Amino acid sequence: MTPPTQTPVASDATAPGPARLATPKPGASLGGDSNAPRSASVIDSIGRKEFVEPDIHDEMHAADAVLEIQDFCLHYGEAQALFNVSLTLPRHQVTALIGPSGCGKSTLLRSVNRLNDLIDSVTTSGDMRLEGDSIYGPAVDVIELRKRMGMVFQKPNPFPMSIFENVVYPLRIDGERNKAVLEEVCEQSLRAAALWNEAKDRLKDSALGLSGGQQQRLCIARAIAAEPEVLLMDEPCSALDPIATGRIEDLIDELRGSYSVLIVTHNMQQASRTSDFTAFLYRGYLIEAGPTQTIFTQPHRQETEDYITGRFG
Amino acid sequence: MVTPPPVTPRPVVPTRPASGGAAGGREGSTASITGTRRERRRTSLFAHGEPMVWVAGGSLCLALLMIAGLIVLVMSQGFASFWPGAITRAVLDDGTVVMGEITRVESVADAGAAEDPPQRRLLRTGNFEITQEHFRWVDDSEIASIETPEDAVLLERLAWGRFYGLPVAFEIDGGIVAEGPEAAWASFQQHHGEVRDRWDEARHLEHGEIGAVNAAIERRRLATRQVGLDSGFGSPEYAAAQGSFAKLDAEQQLIYDEIQGRVMALDAENDRYRLVLATATGHRTPIEVASVVRAVQPNALGTLGRAGVYVARWYEYLTGEPREANSEGGVFPAIFGTVLMTMIMTLFVVPFGVLAALYLREYAKQGVLVSAVRIAVNNLAGVPSIVFGVFGLGFFCSIIGASLDQVLFESSLPSPTFGTGGILWASLTLALLTLPVVIVATEEALAAVPNSMREGSYACGASKWQTIKRIVLPKAAPGIMTGVVLAIARGAGEVAPLMLVGAVKLAPELPFDTTAPFFHLERSFMHLGFHIYDLGFQSQNSEAAKPMVFTTTLLLIGIVVMLNIGAITIRTRLNKRFGNARI
Repeated sequence: MTPPTQTPVASDATAPGPARLATPKPGASLGGDSNAPRSASVIDSIGRKEFVEPDIHDEMHAADAVLEIQDFCLHYGEAQALFNVSLTLPRHQVTALIGPSGCGKSTLLRSVNRLNDLIDSVTTSGDMRLEGDSIYGPAVDVIELRKRMGMVFQKPNPFPMSIFENVVYPLRIDGERNKAVLEEVCEQSLRAAALWNEAKDRLKDSALGLSGGQQQRLCIARAIAAEPEVLLMDEPCSALDPIATGRIEDLIDELRGSYSVLIVTHNMQQASRTSDFTAFLYRGYLIEAGPTQTIFTQPHRQETEDYITGRFG
Repeated sequence: MVTPPPVTPRPVVPTRPASGGAAGGREGSTASITGTRRERRRTSLFAHGEPMVWVAGGSLCLALLMIAGLIVLVMSQGFASFWPGAITRAVLDDGTVVMGEITRVESVADAGAAEDPPQRRLLRTGNFEITQEHFRWVDDSEIASIETPEDAVLLERLAWGRFYGLPVAFEIDGGIVAEGPEAAWASFQQHHGEVRDRWDEARHLEHGEIGAVNAAIERRRLATRQVGLDSGFGSPEYAAAQGSFAKLDAEQQLIYDEIQGRVMALDAENDRYRLVLATATGHRTPIEVASVVRAVQPNALGTLGRAGVYVARWYEYLTGEPREANSEGGVFPAIFGTVLMTMIMTLFVVPFGVLAALYLREYAKQGVLVSAVRIAVNNLAGVPSIVFGVFGLGFFCSIIGASLDQVLFESSLPSPTFGTGGILWASLTLALLTLPVVIVATEEALAAVPNSMREGSYACGASKWQTIKRIVLPKAAPGIMTGVVLAIARGAGEVAPLMLVGAVKLAPELPFDTTAPFFHLERSFMHLGFHIYDLGFQSQNSEAAKPMVFTTTLLLIGIVVMLNIGAITIRTRLNKRFGNARI
């Protein structure tokens, strides 16, 4: 338990922080040498709309990146939702995005496959690169780009068609008609999504008749049917009960090594259990990113620690 | 200064600090709820909401009662009209004798508070050519004696309405072959069938073969005229065409004469047979057997026999052609016209409505302009239907139709082909009328498709059209079908605009027949709704037409219900297919 003497964050507003914080050296916050005024200053800086340099651990830089986010900013009309976010997604690893509600996790995730294009008021700057190919470049074919990624949403969103047609939907829209290919992909994807045994006898039934957890696994099967380079997951377990959540988490565990996963989650335990790397966002700023083990045990930034121990957010 | 929190390794599972003294800022908020408890008021009857249950339930009951009342009225009147009633013969105090079916009995209004008010009854006496009236009121007080003669006969005829009388004799070639009620009736029964067969054959020859001859001559005449229009009426080509036309005309004239001869022979044979009946007043009247559609002795029939007459009348009603200014005979052309017009209308309105709604909801950038368009479309649904009729007449018939005539049917001008009311223009006018219904329903169905499904499809790399085609439209299909059901119900029952753009009292030909090109969309047509109006308010014999109004109304309701059941069946199938349990 936390000792009762501990005071809430940012109670001391008398000490103004520097406008632009230098990146602390890795391990600098170890051993209790970090101090509260500095932590208060990061929050204050954000409050003053000043830029906060993220603390990105060396392991993150060292990893082989499949996706690079470079200085990405996003506005909803006048309101800015993401501030110069720069992050890399290590290949064949699970990276979790954590942060309080409204901090821009989902916005960042939806920016990766440009789903935010559907909202008229959104404007962006900066770029992302998938395997070196620009995502926000002027000549990018968004439809081709999205085919290289899979996405799983917060609520299961199976399509109003049979289970089989749901899984092979990405192939159907590419005009694949070969029944053997479709059936093979369907079986592989459902097996990978741990749904094959439950669904193999009812492939022709409507997908809307499945339970919530099964629907979400179906959506995962659909997302991996096109063999995406990146798998985006937006709080995939938030609408599910603990048992279904456990199954999805096991599934994410199995996908590690063959897919590069970017997962948004509200659930600290889930982030710590399922991810290899964790990035902490706060009010549109990337605060800290690094190996999950380090982030949860020895975070460099005070805000990160306060958030994961539940003191704010 | 604040004590820095310990940064010793923490458990991975985060823990919330004890709320005791740590969260100083939150203390004030918890303290404010203390104090004396306010006295609570008892929940009132209205707060419980019980009265609202009664008000809401009562409103529903009232609505259901009105609908049930309408249906019961229409069904009781509509189904009753073909039942053959008994023929009553009454001798009045002044010695006059009347005979006919009692159609109504009512109390005389100014009877005051008398316990047993005097009544009067309405007798359908028929025999219009003799008495100059179809119906007659008879006061109970003036009746001296009343009876139902066993061998009284009711004749339904091709002209002059019904005839009531007692069979006296049967004549062939003016000579009496049977005398007395029973013998005359038996001879009539014996000959009636063959006479009617000959009559049917003669009419068939007139309609079919003579019609074909006339059509051939007309086609050739128009072709000849077209030659004249193309190369000048003084040109040698026109002269040649005229020559060949004259030849064809002569040939066809021969065929015509031959068929006409056969028809005349049949009619002449039929003309030999006459049934002589005595009217109530004893007047001997010979009736041509060929003009009798149906002859019944209702007083001699049991319930089963009457049921047979009832069924035969329904059959004639549903499959036959109208006669006697529509108040007798069948309504088949009207049924056909109504159904065909509704189907053509659906064919036009559904694709247009769905595509328009698709643009409004899926493609257009939502803004002031789209909202204005949406409001305008909604208001269009409230425009009086006659306005659409005027538009249809002015635009479809006078502009589009007249232009078509100029280009395609020049030779038959000045008589219009498409330049006047017809089933195509009527269908298009009604399609326009029901377009808002389909657009609004489709828009609502599209709006009800969850955005998460669209996003899921986009995330799979689908284009906008692929998403619409594979996800949005299938999901919205049941809702769209609801709009189609509403449009059919509205369109099939609409009358006012049709009167301007093609519905007629009596159409000589159906819009569909066996001569190429089979569908004659330029033809005017009969419509059940207009038929009801015509029967109820334009008929010479209004008393006889009254029960037919209800029967036709019943039929119209039945047809609308059947069309709707068809659409609802499709909707249910769609629902099952896409797993939407209820929409």
